[in-house]
Amino acid sequence: MTEHGSIIYLEGVTVDYDGFKALNNLNFIVNHRELRVVIGPNGAGKTTLLDVISGKTKPAAGRVIFGKDRDLTGMHEYEITQLGIGRKFQAPSIYGNLSVWENLDLSLSRPSKGVLATLRGVSTAAEREEIDRTLETIGLTEQVHKRAGSLSHGQKQWLEIGMVILQDPELLLVDEPVAGMTDEETEQTGRLLQSLAEKHAIIVIEHDMEFVRQIARIVTVLHEGTVICEGTVEKVQADDRVREIYLGRQKVAHV
Amino acid sequence: MKSVIGIGVIAWCLGYCVMGGLAAEAQMNVPPSSQLEQALVDLSSETEGTRDQAVRLLIEQGDAALLPRLEELRANADRSLRMAIKPVADAWRHRMNLASPDADTRRSAATDLGTSGRPAAIPWLEAAAVNESHRWVRYAMEESALLLHLASDNPTVKQQAASKLGDMRSQNAVPALKELVQAGSEATASEPQKTLAQAATIAIERIESWNVWSSAIETLFRGISLSSILLIMSLGLAIVFGLMGVINMAHGELMMIGAYATFVIQECFKLYFPESWFDSYYLAALPASFLAAALFGLILEATVIRFLYGRPLETMLATWGVSLILIQGARMYFGDLTAITAPSWLNGGAQVLVGVFLPFNRLFIIGLSILSVIGIYALLFRSSIGLRVRAVTQNRSMSACLGIPTRKVDAYTFAFGSGLAGIAGWALTLVGNVEPGLGQNYIVDSFMVVVTGGVGKLAGTIIASLGIGGLNKLMEPSLGAVYGKVLILVLVILFLQRRPSGLFAVKGRHAEG
Amino acid sequence: MPPQPSAERHEGTMFWIVGFVLLFVLPVLNVLPTEDSWLHVSDFALNRFGKFLAFAILALGLDLIWGYAGILSLGQGVFFGIGAYCMGMHLMLTIGSQSVYGSALPDFMVWNQVTELPFFWKPFYSFSAAVLAGLLAPACFALIFGFLAFRSRIRGVYFAIITQALALMAWLVFNRNETNLGGTNGLTDFKTILGFRLSAPGTQLALYVITVLCLGGAYALCRWVIASRAGRVLIAIRDSEQRVLFSGYSPANYKLFVFVVSAALAGLAGILYVPQVGIITPAQMGVLPSLEMVVWVAVGGRATLVGAIVGAVGVNLGRSILTNSFPELWPFFLGGLFVVVVLLFPDGVMGVAKQVRGKLAARAVRLPKSSAVEGEQV
Repeated sequence: MTEHGSIIYLEGVTVDYDGFKALNNLNFIVNHRELRVVIGPNGAGKTTLLDVISGKTKPAAGRVIFGKDRDLTGMHEYEITQLGIGRKFQAPSIYGNLSVWENLDLSLSRPSKGVLATLRGVSTAAEREEIDRTLETIGLTEQVHKRAGSLSHGQKQWLEIGMVILQDPELLLVDEPVAGMTDEETEQTGRLLQSLAEKHAIIVIEHDMEFVRQIARIVTVLHEGTVICEGTVEKVQADDRVREIYLGRQKVAHV
Repeated sequence: MKSVIGIGVIAWCLGYCVMGGLAAEAQMNVPPSSQLEQALVDLSSETEGTRDQAVRLLIEQGDAALLPRLEELRANADRSLRMAIKPVADAWRHRMNLASPDADTRRSAATDLGTSGRPAAIPWLEAAAVNESHRWVRYAMEESALLLHLASDNPTVKQQAASKLGDMRSQNAVPALKELVQAGSEATASEPQKTLAQAATIAIERIESWNVWSSAIETLFRGISLSSILLIMSLGLAIVFGLMGVINMAHGELMMIGAYATFVIQECFKLYFPESWFDSYYLAALPASFLAAALFGLILEATVIRFLYGRPLETMLATWGVSLILIQGARMYFGDLTAITAPSWLNGGAQVLVGVFLPFNRLFIIGLSILSVIGIYALLFRSSIGLRVRAVTQNRSMSACLGIPTRKVDAYTFAFGSGLAGIAGWALTLVGNVEPGLGQNYIVDSFMVVVTGGVGKLAGTIIASLGIGGLNKLMEPSLGAVYGKVLILVLVILFLQRRPSGLFAVKGRHAEG
Repeated sequence: MPPQPSAERHEGTMFWIVGFVLLFVLPVLNVLPTEDSWLHVSDFALNRFGKFLAFAILALGLDLIWGYAGILSLGQGVFFGIGAYCMGMHLMLTIGSQSVYGSALPDFMVWNQVTELPFFWKPFYSFSAAVLAGLLAPACFALIFGFLAFRSRIRGVYFAIITQALALMAWLVFNRNETNLGGTNGLTDFKTILGFRLSAPGTQLALYVITVLCLGGAYALCRWVIASRAGRVLIAIRDSEQRVLFSGYSPANYKLFVFVVSAALAGLAGILYVPQVGIITPAQMGVLPSLEMVVWVAVGGRATLVGAIVGAVGVNLGRSILTNSFPELWPFFLGGLFVVVVLLFPDGVMGVAKQVRGKLAARAVRLPKSSAVEGEQV
């Protein structure tokens, strides 16, 4: 794993919430076209990790390098988004008062998202086509003119995934995508993420180990703001420290 | 000299009735010496010199016992005689008043003697000062004696007096000292005059450097006083804002309700209770104002605010509508101006340092704000109700799952916050009129306090109200009240650049609402 | 909610009908019929109506920022006031030596013993400079204030309070005599505009027509903004600012844009208000008037441009009727209006109208609203 090939590279990142270190001197690398799953107990700093990458939280120390040499620290969220990092939130974050189509149209990657360009902007045929394709991918073609606020929970999740896909990001940050989904929806989501990983790098935060096993190639375990284990699902599950964290304070007897 | 006479005339007019009565009771059986008799006759002399001599003699050797004699003379006196009688009568009266049982009378007598320019008063003042127990009366006596010394012929005495006045940081001595400096700087000045001028300059410097301090202390006090008013107002606002995310635009009018409750209690005491009880109306008004405002808050919560949860902007607007109705209602029912008589035990003030005078009503408000903070802390952090309030503030849905009746907690907290506004109104009657617009005067400032302080942390509210109140008073002298306020708005906006969610923002996963 | 295409068509037709009535029918009814005819629209009524329409321009701007972008500004009165004062200063200077004291300086300056015209008054000799300043000064002020506020992500209740403080400050400053803006009494006793006597019915009719044209222009501008993708970004900001950020838009820039537009429209309203009403005082730009402006939009119906106009005209009409006959009741009415609208009719008059229309349509067709009615996309 060389620094050169990485899409995102965090070096010595620390986030301090009034003395509580949500991230503590964290080092973390994800390569191009990698699907990485991050797991860890509550309060391990998983969401904070995504916050730091996407610019929502400014680290107290450390560097975040995107691609070859782009330092993200100190950049605005929207600037980072325009560089090519998309983010899907845990709770569906969509525009309830706009139609599904408008939701997707706003998210579409465009050369300029400034006020003046947006005032004059008209969707081109190519853009419409792309939106239609995405609608098919996320299975919302029927609902295209519906107010997004009236969609079901699962549909909202899918819509948000569609919105992030349309941003055409090089790196996708996905926070607990299958929370509250049915088994069938979960499986669909897993397949979708895997197909996306053919073109994009993806970081997924997940609790559902079943789901993790379905999609993950490499898993990173966070605990108290640092990486304590990284590797395949099997390797991680066999790790003593990981079991200790997940099973609680009592020492796990070696077998 | 003219001004001295002027002051004397005023003192005469004011003191006439009281003094006359007192004088009649004074010892009358001592026969005046022949010298004094002669002087009394000489007062009517045509020659100015004789008259002056008589005046001096009478002041030095006579006393208040002779006042009735002067009255006799005065009854059919011409202008020049009256002019001659006045300083004598004043001096005697002041001398008598130096022994008055009332500290304020003693003090003003001492001050008047100090400005009279009669060296004869020096021994009186010094004698009185020795036995004086009240610190600030003694100060006035000593200061006056020294001021009279300053007019003495002896340069050494003068010099000592000047430096002692400097020691005392005497405000009243500045004009006299400046005269000495002036005299010393003239080309014709003699050597002793020059040394004296030097001593006077040093004394003036000491006094003026103290002035800077004392005015700084007074500014600070005024700032703290305004801060406490803001604090009492903002506490209720901040608690409700922290718990429900609601800014109650009618908060100022809840305060007005508290103030009017105080007024109503006062009127009741006037009508139905003996006059000697009147002073206690103010204490009786405390629960009344709290309950009136709290009750109204409860109604407001139940009829308007509960339907608008999660829509803070709409809540602002609806409560503003309520405030309009309340203001107009009060205007139509009570009229525009309603006077509150502060209880007598809150009149006056305490002098703590030279030139530093702290009014009791302001001290009372400061004390009240401290008590309120302590009370709220106790309630929030030491009681089970407070625990519930904090739980709902931090995580509403989790609290509901744990069986906390969040709706009830909201209602009671809102009522409590409203009651605090009522108490603020109760306190405000001490420093201003009770009028329908009462709530509007401070409300924008207290909104700013809440915004600057941040949500859900009382410490933020306390520090922000201290900061905004203090800055307000700090800038008032140099910028004027209006531009001071403008500057504060600018500062608050600049401050929010660095800390957009106020002083004590919640960080971490609950940061985004 | 964004207007559906069918509603949009509907609004388009209405726009031309109402525009025709305002622009031609009313002036014709003012000029042609004799004064005792029941069709006659009096000069007074027309002038009053012109004032309401000026307010409607302001309401459009406020609707843009509050109704669509969800940002409650309680300081619109300030921008209105700045625009009005710019025009007022020009009209003051055109009085020239016709004033009471016969001085070239405005009366209040003579009164305050100001001997020389303050430097910032000088450009206002020119009419076009005054109009330009009336538009640009509020816009620039909003630009600076908004830049600071939105950059540091002051929003929601915080923004409302900060703008309210702004209104209070502006009121305090304009009340001062040493700012040379006429103090509490403001600017008044205007005589002419561009050489025409303000008291002449013809001048007032012309001002009315100009106001209608400006309102039409403002409506078209707002319509254009709302229909563009930027308009949808505004609604998106109201729905989820976070998602807007993570879709690559800078919410601060959009908010700033809409804040500046609304300030300029408020300034325009002020410019048109002054010559028609003949006076501008600090009382028109303080905390209370600024809040009242919000009532207009709330009553008419947020996030519908027509609603803003209906609200501004309706509330002001009600105000002038009520304050004439029962001045003491107006605050009760206004306060009650606010509580009732917020609690019971959050979508205002337009929302009620829509409901009624919906019910009527459902009864006529005997069919529930289907998604087909919503038509195709842009």
